[in-house]
Amino acid sequence: MAQPFFGGIHPNDKKAATNKKPIEKLPPPQQVVIPMSLHIGAPCRPCVSVGDHVNLGQRIGEATAFVSAPIHASISGTVTAIEPRPHFNGTDMLSVVIENDYEDTLDPSIKPAEHPEDLTAEELTEIVKNAGIVGLGGATFPTHVKISSGLGKVDTVIVNAAECEPYNTSDHRILLEYPEEVIGGARLLARLFQVDKVHIGIEDNKRNAAQLLQQRIAEENAPVVVDVLHTRYPQGAEKQLCQSITGRQVPPGGLPAAIGCAVFSVDTTAAIWRAVYQGMPVIRRIVTVSGSGVMEPKNLECRIGTPLSCLFDACGGLSETTYKILMGGPMMGNAQHTADVPVGKCTNAVLAFAREEERTSPHPTCIRCGRCADVCPMHLQPVFLYQYAQRDMLPELEAGHVMDCIECGACTYICPGRLHLVHAFRTAKQKINTARAAAKAAQQAKADGKEG
Amino acid sequence: MTDYNDLKLRASSSPHIRAKDDTRSAMLDVMIALLPALAFAVFNFGLRALTLTAVSVAGAVAFEALYRLIMKKHQTVGDLSAAVTGMLVAFICPVTAPYWMILIGDFFAIVIVKQLYGGLGQNFVNPALAARAFLFSWATQMSTWAAPGTQAALFGAVDVTTQATPMSYLSTNSLADLQAVYGLDDMFVGTIGGSLGEVSAVCLLLGFLYLLGRKVISWHIPVSFVGTVALLTFLFPRGNDPLTWMLYNVLGGGLLLGAIFMATDYVTSPISRRNRIIYGVGCGLITVFIRYFGSYSEGVCYSILCMNLCVWLLDKYLKPRRFGAARKPLFRRKEAEEK
Repeated sequence: MAQPFFGGIHPNDKKAATNKKPIEKLPPPQQVVIPMSLHIGAPCRPCVSVGDHVNLGQRIGEATAFVSAPIHASISGTVTAIEPRPHFNGTDMLSVVIENDYEDTLDPSIKPAEHPEDLTAEELTEIVKNAGIVGLGGATFPTHVKISSGLGKVDTVIVNAAECEPYNTSDHRILLEYPEEVIGGARLLARLFQVDKVHIGIEDNKRNAAQLLQQRIAEENAPVVVDVLHTRYPQGAEKQLCQSITGRQVPPGGLPAAIGCAVFSVDTTAAIWRAVYQGMPVIRRIVTVSGSGVMEPKNLECRIGTPLSCLFDACGGLSETTYKILMGGPMMGNAQHTADVPVGKCTNAVLAFAREEERTSPHPTCIRCGRCADVCPMHLQPVFLYQYAQRDMLPELEAGHVMDCIECGACTYICPGRLHLVHAFRTAKQKINTARAAAKAAQQAKADGKEG
Repeated sequence: MTDYNDLKLRASSSPHIRAKDDTRSAMLDVMIALLPALAFAVFNFGLRALTLTAVSVAGAVAFEALYRLIMKKHQTVGDLSAAVTGMLVAFICPVTAPYWMILIGDFFAIVIVKQLYGGLGQNFVNPALAARAFLFSWATQMSTWAAPGTQAALFGAVDVTTQATPMSYLSTNSLADLQAVYGLDDMFVGTIGGSLGEVSAVCLLLGFLYLLGRKVISWHIPVSFVGTVALLTFLFPRGNDPLTWMLYNVLGGGLLLGAIFMATDYVTSPISRRNRIIYGVGCGLITVFIRYFGSYSEGVCYSILCMNLCVWLLDKYLKPRRFGAARKPLFRRKEAEEK
């Protein structure tokens, strides 16, 4: 490890509940609901109509901008509705509803690349784009954009296998059960970016996976090295992972490409391999279903668009005292208001909490202990930012670099006064962005006025 | 099987898990860390050490409860910070101090210093130390030092054998006389005169290790504080035995109690680790300065109070380096915004 990042926390990783359970294939549900936004960027435009028959893997949503990614049917069947449905981001989102015909008829467009070893960078990027691959670790940034903006600048390619969120074991199981897909994907990335070695960064609570990878890499003589990192949250945060592996820090407001790094999650890497060697777009997701509310925690392979309720049914149901359903990990995941929301491309975990994991206080009080600053991996001082946020002091918040906050939640986790720090910063960031947009619009209007 | 639509779901924002330790547990840990020193005080000065501490804790808690009640604010005695203040007020007074005086100290610490400024987290000087500074209005009572091994009477007029403390010997430059009265072993174990809770170095160090182990405090302030005092007294000894002079200075007076339990007070110490070290060094400098040049033999209390007042300055002007930004010179008022 080159240079460990500052701060971080050591929550109980709770992975023992599922890290020895092989991935089970969840039978495709009777109906899938596929939202037209499963990525960061412009939502897709549905390219099928109600009543159409669609095949497995057929494109049903067209990308409408460069920063966007197409969406594919995850089962074969009939489109029964195209209407707003609950989305896991809390809103209602235009979704394509498909009734399963239980045939899983493959779309004719799905075929492996003819000469996978001779693909040019442009061809490979095109395959990635058409397969609808996005950052499957949770950020869902379209992968083809990341590749094309990084080509020529990147000297270090990193596969993010840190999986630092508690409970989540989906990447761990992928590494154990499909190492050839991950190593194959890494091989493609090495050729794409013309680097000698691709780094796989993995936390030392997954030593069995690291050993398996090392063994396979040696057997295949693959251009891949495994970097075993300390288990510390947020080791898997992009900027922190870059620092752990290269010792370089991404400059403020910048992307990893600025320091010559490109980071791909385990499942993204495997998805690139599947897109090239099987022609398969992103139509399924490995999901860890865990938490105190889940009767029988499991790792499930499910189709995109499967309602969460089907996942819980497959795990013995939920406890009656369940008070929170999360999509994603407990540190950065989103709480859901209904179990009807579908599995998306980024759904690496679905958690249900029945016991009091949150430990809130009716009167959150800052005692200035400074633990929030001790754990902040972005070198921020949440203790002061919080006071500014309470008083809406936007200039002070900006001067305190609140925009650098990656919302990892470490400060809030550690706070003995039980302050809602990240929540305050998220709100503050929105306000700053709104104010910036307004200022820009005013400036634009002024300029237009002068010209006119 | 549960119908998922019947669940009452909470949709709060992330993170969804919290560490176990809260304010109350941290304060409880501080009280636990103070127990060895309290036990030794009972051994050294008699049962009055215990009753005095108990009265002080009860007084501090009662004043806080009453204030919150009268002002119609939510009750805060459960966070135990008032109890810690009560313990510390007793610890920094002589065992012979009358009960009424301790209660005045509690009132000053809790109501004037802490609650009037908004309660926990808002005061800008350490309540217990401010109370000690205030209690020096009764200078005689605050400097009547019982000899070690006395059994101070529980009630009524306290009539005990008095004896000069190590600090009064040191301030008159009579190291040889001090060595004749108290050996270094006495200094380390605590069979010496002094304030109720400050005498036993070994018990205070036990408390320090406990707090470090429980991650309640970090090493930065105690180590830089004591280290500065040790270095300065070693470099500028009075007499020709720097090491002995240094050890008596480190083990004597309220240095360890102050460095471990008072200077580390969350509310009145800096946030960043670097600033904590600067703060500790500042405390050490002022302590030695007062001990060497002041007319008062002890400097810990006032050094911490002075540095409490500088915390704002340190926090405001010595910010941590921004992630990904180039290293920059120590002092600069405002960073150029690159936008």
